[in-house]
Amino acid sequence: MSTPSSGGTPRTVLLGADDVRRAVSRIAHEIVERDRDLSALAIVGIRSRGDVLAQRLREALRVHEHVTVPLGALDITLYRDDLTRIGYAPVVHESALDFSVDDKVVVLVDDVLFTGRTIRAALDALVDYGRPRAIRLAVLVDRGHRELPIRADFVGKNVPTRATDDVRVHLVEVDGRDEVELVAREQVIA
Amino acid sequence: MTVLEQAKALRWTRRHVLDTDDWTRDEIEAVLETSGAMVEILKRPVRKAPPLRGKTVILFFAEASTRTRVSFELAAKALSADVTTISASGSSVEKGETLLDTVRTLHALGGDVVVMRHASSGAPYFVAERSDAAVINAGDGWHAHPTQGLLDAYTLRGALGDLQGKRIVIVGDVLHSRVARSDIHTLVPLGARITLSGPPTLMPLAWRRGQLPACVTYEADLDRALEDADGAIALRLQKERQEGGLLPSLREYSRVWGLTEARVRLMRPNAPVMHPGPMNEGVEIDAAVAHGARSLVERQVTNGVAVRMALLYLLVGTPLDEH
Repeated sequence: MSTPSSGGTPRTVLLGADDVRRAVSRIAHEIVERDRDLSALAIVGIRSRGDVLAQRLREALRVHEHVTVPLGALDITLYRDDLTRIGYAPVVHESALDFSVDDKVVVLVDDVLFTGRTIRAALDALVDYGRPRAIRLAVLVDRGHRELPIRADFVGKNVPTRATDDVRVHLVEVDGRDEVELVAREQVIA
Repeated sequence: MTVLEQAKALRWTRRHVLDTDDWTRDEIEAVLETSGAMVEILKRPVRKAPPLRGKTVILFFAEASTRTRVSFELAAKALSADVTTISASGSSVEKGETLLDTVRTLHALGGDVVVMRHASSGAPYFVAERSDAAVINAGDGWHAHPTQGLLDAYTLRGALGDLQGKRIVIVGDVLHSRVARSDIHTLVPLGARITLSGPPTLMPLAWRRGQLPACVTYEADLDRALEDADGAIALRLQKERQEGGLLPSLREYSRVWGLTEARVRLMRPNAPVMHPGPMNEGVEIDAAVAHGARSLVERQVTNGVAVRMALLYLLVGTPLDEH
């Protein structure tokens, strides 16, 4: 599985295009099995890759179940817990959630689950839009190393990593290709 | 910070917002882009986000203001800051406290951001040089009102899209207007051209003589200025100026320089009209125009909160100077 890239950086492809497609499709089925009643379902992606995955999940539900569920996108920048510590102002993008989340079952979608801090921020952001009946979490990759008591309900792939590794998710809509790779951090030019 | 994070970070290094006259287009774009995200927050059921939690914003208004002060207050609160107000009347400023004394007090109070309005041009610079807090100029004398310039740019862009090559008319008392100066310093870097119009006695002398900034022209005939324009900004006529002999009468002013429905029709179809407020309806702008289909006045007020949120966010996210 290990493929040396041009720079000689140890790079492992965790998921290829086909794997990504199958993972999304499987998660879509799991969501349906979990809740059955899809009338209250809503999907909310976390920018900037979770929103793309959320779109794909909605499409998969449309194809398999013939339902179109509300779709939203969250930018969690303003909810980061390190804003006044990092020494620069990260770009804030617009959130787009034009339906009420009250009494919905919201499936929150992100690309990689790592420390859990992004999800913590997303939960805070989401409740500013209302009171969902339940919030579930779907991620393409769970790489471990949680710093908060957070877990995913739907996982594309569990990957053991070192805390210093980089897991990079590439999606066609943003990066031109579907691929998840693991790059050893020491080799990344900082 | 990793390379990726650096690329994500805005090119924003300013500690204060004093005047936009030396801002790059990138910096203006950074504020406008961030403002868009803030507008969305203001539409949520809970109009509040947490980035300024634990920070104190001091509103120091040594000159009368309601809308700007309230706008800053709402902006700071929407970002979860603690807000306290010092106004000139009812404070020690009335008792003859000097600006330097006030600065020392502000310092001792430990505010993270000081938003200040002052009748003397340059006062915010004085405070910025002597304070650890980030300073935002909310209007100083005739000099500058940078947040008004930015919110006007944001509002115009919302209505017109890209401002490149767009021609905006600014009409009225340009001489005493910090809004006019800040509008020029914000709209011109975004590609707009400005046509000033108004009584020659209320134009800066050098400008009246043709020594105008780049992309700015003066047209004494308002009808000709408005012809085919992409938008117009009416300035508030400060009635106290009339006593100085700079104006014949309000009625005459209104007849020659007022934005009427007939005049507004000289502009391009649907070209918007703005006013920084408070409006003297029937003097510099007719009520029918002020509340008509082209008017962006209410949107200016709403956007003002978002633009000020964006600035507060950017300033607090920027590291303090090493002392």
